Amino acid sequence: MNILVCAKQVPNTNEVKIDPIKGTLIRNGVESILNPDDANALEEALKIKDKYNDTKVTVITMGPPQADDMLRECLAMGADDAILLSDRAFGGADTWATSNTLAAAIRKIKDYDIIFAGRQAIDGDTAQVGPQIAERLGIPQVTYVQKFDVNGDEVTVERQLEDGYEIIKVKTPVLLTAVKELNIPRYMNVEGIYNAYKKDITVWGINNLPVEKENVGLDASPTKVFRSFTPEPKGKGIVIEGTTKEKANELLNKLNQKHII
Amino acid sequence: MAVKIISEKCKGCGLCIKACPFEAINLLNKLAIINEKCTSCGACINSCKFSAIVAEEKKVVKKDLSKYKNVWVFAEQRQGVISPVVIELLGEGKKLANEIGVELCAVLLGKDVESNAKELICYGADKVYVADSDLLENYTTDGYTKVLSDAIKEIKPEVVLYGATHIGRDLAPRIAARVNTGLTADCTKLEIDPEDKKIKQTRPAFGGNLMATIVCPNHRPQMSTVRSGVMEKAVRNEHNKGEIIKLDVKLSQNDIFTKVVEIIKTKKEMVSLTDAEIIVSGGRGLGCEEGFKLIKEFAQKLGGEVGSSRAAVDAGWIEHSHQVGQTGTTVKPKIYIACGISGAIQHLAGMQSSDTIIAINKNANAPIFNVADYCIVGDLYDVIPAIMEAFDNFNK
Repeated sequence: MNILVCAKQVPNTNEVKIDPIKGTLIRNGVESILNPDDANALEEALKIKDKYNDTKVTVITMGPPQADDMLRECLAMGADDAILLSDRAFGGADTWATSNTLAAAIRKIKDYDIIFAGRQAIDGDTAQVGPQIAERLGIPQVTYVQKFDVNGDEVTVERQLEDGYEIIKVKTPVLLTAVKELNIPRYMNVEGIYNAYKKDITVWGINNLPVEKENVGLDASPTKVFRSFTPEPKGKGIVIEGTTKEKANELLNKLNQKHII
Repeated sequence: MAVKIISEKCKGCGLCIKACPFEAINLLNKLAIINEKCTSCGACINSCKFSAIVAEEKKVVKKDLSKYKNVWVFAEQRQGVISPVVIELLGEGKKLANEIGVELCAVLLGKDVESNAKELICYGADKVYVADSDLLENYTTDGYTKVLSDAIKEIKPEVVLYGATHIGRDLAPRIAARVNTGLTADCTKLEIDPEDKKIKQTRPAFGGNLMATIVCPNHRPQMSTVRSGVMEKAVRNEHNKGEIIKLDVKLSQNDIFTKVVEIIKTKKEMVSLTDAEIIVSGGRGLGCEEGFKLIKEFAQKLGGEVGSSRAAVDAGWIEHSHQVGQTGTTVKPKIYIACGISGAIQHLAGMQSSDTIIAINKNANAPIFNVADYCIVGDLYDVIPAIMEAFDNFNK
């Protein structure tokens, strides 16, 4: 079975803090990581490979040359191959143009049974690229996958809902997006790390893909950023002083005065 | 828009590098260079003291967009019940439609949903497009995408709003790719530009550290998913008049590739954080799972719901359905009480528009105090029982 995993290198937004005085982002020392949901996507692909020997797992990403680091990490976890789509022409893409680029690469790869992607990336949180790739390839999708099973060409998954889940059956080829409840991603192992640096990573630019220049990158993107800004902090409120009992009574007084309770 | 650096004006000061949220600017030979990571967000433009960074508008062939009219709301229903976010979308959609000077329409897909259509009119829809079919009883990506895309192509709405639910976030991107238009995810604010009547969509990005206002200048419809709990609900009025229009459903079983075998509601307590007027949330400061017993008792006394920070969920102390914040639920209750929550930016993004915020934390420097109206520095295991006692006395 051929499995593709779509992954993205993202800044670790959990480490980002706001400078309280300037209101700007403090980015020093913020590392780039494999997007967490994508790690779940890769893990599920590797679990299939653990079970069935004839499985090949290929990781594909669109990004700057630095994304090489992330792809090596994926190889060290156990992926067989890695493809980097990198070209200035791809830059500034919204989800519409990003999915166009990734779908073009997948069309070029041609042989695939299952495409795994993470539900969403922590830098943009859009959850749009997965479904849009599926649409461009004309294959079904199931998003928010929290449990997965494959039997021949039939896939059975649990799709997470806000108040439960649904059980869905679908035939391959299919695109699935993973949530963190799906599994616990494995660590890289020593042998994997050693091998990861011996492997070649395939790099494709605009000229290697079956896609027109007009359909990728910033200019092809229907949505444009009009402006961006850091949200204004609300400002510190009233600090209630005194003994614990006094604090509690004072809080109730304040809430009462303002007719909140 | 593309961001360009005018190298003659660049002094190599590096201010833009600090301003860039995406590490998209490097310094090369004392000149700033934009690399592939650039998303054209424009954060660098104002940071440059030498006007060396400019936004370049590329000439595009303007399409005729005048045929696109009206604001649509996707009226998501599950098992015949309209999702609560739809009422919020109708409230917001009405404002937008009035500002543009067009009608508000709901589009409803399902089986035997006539009574729901009338309800949507009570909540302000001027028109309700109804697609009624056995094949649309339960949500499927393929079935809903086909019917809704066909309707969009034929009737040509100007704006389409979806709830950012597990259904809306599955459906909307697929439709955007099929009808070739832009989609902005998880919007927290929608405005109409008074000049050109186009919609400006504001959303958090970068884990809530950055807000971005997105436009869709040259494609129609303009589409957004909107988080629940963010917009104001429409007010119900049973005297509202509206028109119900049946859509011709061209859908067969062969169009649907996924089979929904079963829909299971988990027994876990239904947490309706978005509707709660009072939320008491616990975080890492609880120290252990048992801490949530106290939080629950406190919430019950006040008639509120239990929320939590991501740290408490990650520690396995409470279910994810209680999580408030960027990757959890966005809430804006009348009273939000944060107990032992330090206030990571992701948490603040999900609760800072609450009417009144009370924070209890041992650490006087916890960021949560920066958004709180009332700050109590102290051990929550002392403070909460004291507040509960004071509350009992107050009620006497």
